[in-house]
Amino acid sequence: MPILKRLFIRILSIAVTLIGVSIIVFVVIRVVPGNPISMMLPPGATDDDILRLKILYGFDKSIIEQFFIWISGVLSGDFGTSISLRQPVLSLVLGRLPATLELSLLALLIACILGGTLSLLGTRLRETKIEGIIDGINGMAMSIPDFLWGLIFILLFGVMWPIFHISGRISPFLDIDYSTQFYLVESIVRFDLKVFADLLAHMLMPAVALSIPLAAIISQLLKQSLKETMHLDYVTLSRTKGYSENHVILREALPNAVLPTMTLVGVQFTFLIGGTVIIERLFSYEGLGNMAIDAVINRDLPLIQGIVILFALIFTLVNLLVDLTYTLLNPKLRNG
Amino acid sequence: MTAFLSIRNLSISLQNGERILRSVNMDLARGDVRGLVGESGAGKSMIGKAILGILPRALKIDEGEILFQGKNLLNLNPRELRKEIGANAALIPQDPLTALNPSHRIGRQITNRLIDILGWSKSDAVKRTYDLLDEVRIPDPKRVINSFPHELSGGMRQRILIASAFAAEPKLIIADEPTTALDVTVQKQIVSLIGEMQSRHGTTLLFVTHDLGVVSKVCQSLSVLFLGKVIEDTSVSLFFDNPSHPYSRALLTATPKYTDPNSDLIPVSEKILNSVKEEVLRLDREWSNGR
Ligand SMILES: Nc1ncnc2c1ncn2[C@@H]1O[C@H](COP(=O)(O)OP(=O)(O)OP(=O)(O)O)[C@@H](O)[C@H]1O
Ligand SMILES: [Mg+2]
Repeated sequence: MPILKRLFIRILSIAVTLIGVSIIVFVVIRVVPGNPISMMLPPGATDDDILRLKILYGFDKSIIEQFFIWISGVLSGDFGTSISLRQPVLSLVLGRLPATLELSLLALLIACILGGTLSLLGTRLRETKIEGIIDGINGMAMSIPDFLWGLIFILLFGVMWPIFHISGRISPFLDIDYSTQFYLVESIVRFDLKVFADLLAHMLMPAVALSIPLAAIISQLLKQSLKETMHLDYVTLSRTKGYSENHVILREALPNAVLPTMTLVGVQFTFLIGGTVIIERLFSYEGLGNMAIDAVINRDLPLIQGIVILFALIFTLVNLLVDLTYTLLNPKLRNG
Repeated sequence: MTAFLSIRNLSISLQNGERILRSVNMDLARGDVRGLVGESGAGKSMIGKAILGILPRALKIDEGEILFQGKNLLNLNPRELRKEIGANAALIPQDPLTALNPSHRIGRQITNRLIDILGWSKSDAVKRTYDLLDEVRIPDPKRVINSFPHELSGGMRQRILIASAFAAEPKLIIADEPTTALDVTVQKQIVSLIGEMQSRHGTTLLFVTHDLGVVSKVCQSLSVLFLGKVIEDTSVSLFFDNPSHPYSRALLTATPKYTDPNSDLIPVSEKILNSVKEEVLRLDREWSNGR
């Protein structure tokens, strides 16, 4: 029962957040200078032309009126039409979503593997010189932002040693005919190694760039948490039972150390998703973030609104998911 | 004849040279129950930890040996030590609230040593667990086995830890203040339970406590520790009749009678404490001169 109640409250708060975000975005992008109509028309367009377009897109009405027209559309599943691309916003955005989701989740996976390994290694070798080296690497990884890692990788593995592709999501010549936009997942399901390898050759650099700061945070938090756990009585007791250090770390300490780390990692993951905007631009990766930058440049108000709402939805869902997993994994909350 | 467990001249200190144990000697015969008393910080737990090979990393062993069934534990490599301790010794810890892993079910925490370390079959281990839970008088064992630690009371958890300690029929059990963290009403039950289990299984028991009443109830011999030094090593009957060290005498008068926990505590006098401290420091100087 408490879980259901919790869930209900969380869903309610998600709705409130989304409405708040919609209002703020809607107002802000209409208040800042630059308007979409002047971006569309060639220089020398008459006032008449401008007015006709304004009426066509509804920009002649007051902001409040515009908002209610837009929001009632949204509630019936119509997010409007992109001004620059002249297509429905919803299908544009949903078409790009899989690319961004795959990139972020791949980055999250890499971050967990890298960060987890480093923290376990640091715990196993605690109070040795190697722990100091690991801490040093961590600090460095954390203090360099994701897009700088991206630039470094492009220079190293795109230009100096061209191992990976520096732009795009998939090589155009592959001309795949997949039924979803989740290319990476689908290539795994279809066991299509050629496409899978090509996708990775495109995605690995941006994904690793995104993952490094998060990996460093995971490593630091988890190591700290492991360190505290290793001093607890049940860990000592399992040592007296004859268990090895590795077993003690992995089976006794880790399950308890992961829980407090998880919530923080969830929050950090939303930052990672935010980071995709610049990283996708840097690697010309055809995802939501890249589309968002184009939309802003073109003052494509309906498209900006659609993308922002989608990002907000993803952020809140990630937080909800973290909260639920935490509840499910924690025996005290699960039964209480 | 060498004793079953014999600690010879054991000295332990911090990295900065501060001494924690000062040439400790202690013998336990097979089946013996020895009390280890002393004030907080005297080093009681460190003796237990040294035997079990779980000393904190900050501490180093300066000299001495711990002979367990004739084998010096301090000469074993970590792997051999783990094997020796895992198969032959067990710990009943001080705080039952923190000594069980919150992520694992109770059953697994009792059977894991039997299965993973000693190679028992799962069904044998489970059967053994039911027998043990019956022995420590836990009602509804089926439910308890499937519970998580937070679902059980402190007294129940300590019973579980006692069952777990006796599970592999270890020859040696170290009980490190097993009742300090519990309610006064539960304390007596747990003490008599440990005594009862010990005599039924014939286990050698080192019972760390600062309750002399407990000592008189379950122990045959006794070591009094002060500042990491054994200042009295005697049988329980001799100790209560005629303690030889002035600190022991003071301790006896300072201890409320076991039957009357509400009687006033008379603190050990400053004068005696200071004289013992001086004695210890003098021995320290001799010790460091000799090295
Ligand atoms: N991890 C550690 N690092 C450094 N010093 C320690 C550590 N653990 C304990 N000590 C020191 O070792 C000494 C002996 O501690 P020990 O835990 O054996 O005392 P004790 O007799 O068991 O006391 P108590 O009755 O409070 O349990 C104390 O002075 C304590 O400060
Ligand atoms: Mg202690």
